[in-house]
Amino acid sequence: MTEYSRASLLADAPSGYCPGCLHSLATKLIAEVIDDLGQQDNSLNVISVGCSALNILYWGGDFLSVAHGRAPAAATGIKRTNPERLVFAYQGDGDLAAIGLAEIMSAANRGENFTVIFANNQTYGMTGGQMAPTTLIGQKTTTTVYGRDPATTGYPLKMCELISTLEAPRYVARFALNSPKGVNDARKGIKKAFEIQLAGKGFTFVELLTNCPTNWKLSPLDTLEYMNTNTIPYFRPGVYKDTEADAE
Amino acid sequence: MGEKRFMKGNEAIAEAAVRGGCRFFAGYPITPQNEIPEYLSWRLPEVGGVYVQGESEVASVNMVYGAAAMGTRSMTSSSGPGISLKAEGISYLAAAMLPALIVNISRGGPGLGSIQPAQSDYLQATKALGHGGFHCMVFAPNSAQEAVDIVYDAWEYAERDRNPVLVLMDGCLGNIMEEVELPPMKERTDADIPEWSLSRRNGRDYQGNITPIYTEPILEGINMMAGEMYKQWEEDDVKVEEFMTEDAEYIVVAYGIASRVSKEAVLTLREKGVKIGLIRPITLFPFPKASLRDLDYSRVKGIIDVEMTIPAQMREDIELQVMGRCPVYEYGRSGGCLLDDDGVLEAIEEIIAGGNDE
Repeated sequence: MTEYSRASLLADAPSGYCPGCLHSLATKLIAEVIDDLGQQDNSLNVISVGCSALNILYWGGDFLSVAHGRAPAAATGIKRTNPERLVFAYQGDGDLAAIGLAEIMSAANRGENFTVIFANNQTYGMTGGQMAPTTLIGQKTTTTVYGRDPATTGYPLKMCELISTLEAPRYVARFALNSPKGVNDARKGIKKAFEIQLAGKGFTFVELLTNCPTNWKLSPLDTLEYMNTNTIPYFRPGVYKDTEADAE
Repeated sequence: MGEKRFMKGNEAIAEAAVRGGCRFFAGYPITPQNEIPEYLSWRLPEVGGVYVQGESEVASVNMVYGAAAMGTRSMTSSSGPGISLKAEGISYLAAAMLPALIVNISRGGPGLGSIQPAQSDYLQATKALGHGGFHCMVFAPNSAQEAVDIVYDAWEYAERDRNPVLVLMDGCLGNIMEEVELPPMKERTDADIPEWSLSRRNGRDYQGNITPIYTEPILEGINMMAGEMYKQWEEDDVKVEEFMTEDAEYIVVAYGIASRVSKEAVLTLREKGVKIGLIRPITLFPFPKASLRDLDYSRVKGIIDVEMTIPAQMREDIELQVMGRCPVYEYGRSGGCLLDDDGVLEAIEEIIAGGNDE
């Protein structure tokens, strides 16, 4: 009989994420993969700024909380001095694709041997729903009240596509957490990224399309459908780079 | 007996850091400190350490933040404009209570300023290295040898306090070539990795975390602890050189390169029969308050603040101790124009003759 239990690195505390928020699911997937790999004591979570920072309350394993956008830089300092550790950064889209753009691109380009898990919900959730670098064209936010206009704000940044142009990264993939299949694929993708890292092979990047019921002003269920009709057509799930598969 | 070498100030700092246990450096090119990253880029790998050229000053200091959290003795170096960019990371180091060494080989400012030497970062160093109201111990050596001695022990202070330490020198001292006696390598093992760190090489078998985020009322408690620490520094850690001050009627106050030029002027004036001395803060924070507060002001006729920056930045700290008991004057050069023996001597003579009354 299958036994269902809380992943060992999830703190025994109720989640304070908004109802229906996929951050909790993303965190759970990571914790489950760490259990699968037996890396509970060896893993180190680099926690960024935004709603992702709430993980300091829910993550029961070793973690370092860092400045906005700087997780790949801090992770560089950690992993270079402690290469035996399983190091991953969990970053949102404002953190990673705006203020931290230099840090993520440079760490990826250096081929740092850690994993970045990128939660993309197209908004700044923690600060109340401002436009993010990933906000979709036409999407209304508190700083694009008539909808995002590319004439003045440009276009949503596609991080998997950008990072997969670099030579050094070993695995770059995007998954959508709005369906059981997407969740299962994401879990496998995170596991693959961690395995590549543990083998010492280099930089891995997993983007998770998530939601924000509060700031999208949709019910949790409606956000899942919104993702199907709006998010996924622009941010296409898939494996963008996999040097393991290429070698086979 | 240490090992004697003829070295540039910047290189001497780099070698002293390695011998003091530094095993991680991240930095970004900026004049006039480039010899520090250049030296460490080959030297650190020789001793099993790590050198990373960051994509920016911001990234570099955050790399140091990560390495320091693992209990690795870590440092970064820069010059004025780069230290401004590191301000975020230095504040986070202080918040997360992480030890690290920051070196500022200062140049002319504000802004991009000049790449020539200047002492233009005193206020930044001593009052606000970043947001949020925190302090670091600030050391201001005035020779390559003193820089070696200070850098060698910088992590002893940083780890004692779990707080970053700043070494402030100017481009002159960074690039001057002098004989230095190098101390032996501090041999450290996994057992020396601090218990609070996120490393598990020290045998820690429980989950740990380090964060710069606190909620009330914990943050207030953290602020209070820091306040107590700064007071304790004033008790225990002030370093100052007092030179010919016992009978002095005039006192020059100068640190770093300005103190070397000023000492020449003091010696020349003593030969001319002028009763003059020098107070040289070696720690700029904690500031050597007592040296100025406890002077006999029935004898002292004037204090002369000599700095290689205009306007003088240390003046308010001096005036707070003089408390109006005698006039405080200032003389400086700035913008990459250097202090020289004749200029300082003439300026002091004019001040004494009453030509610069304020």
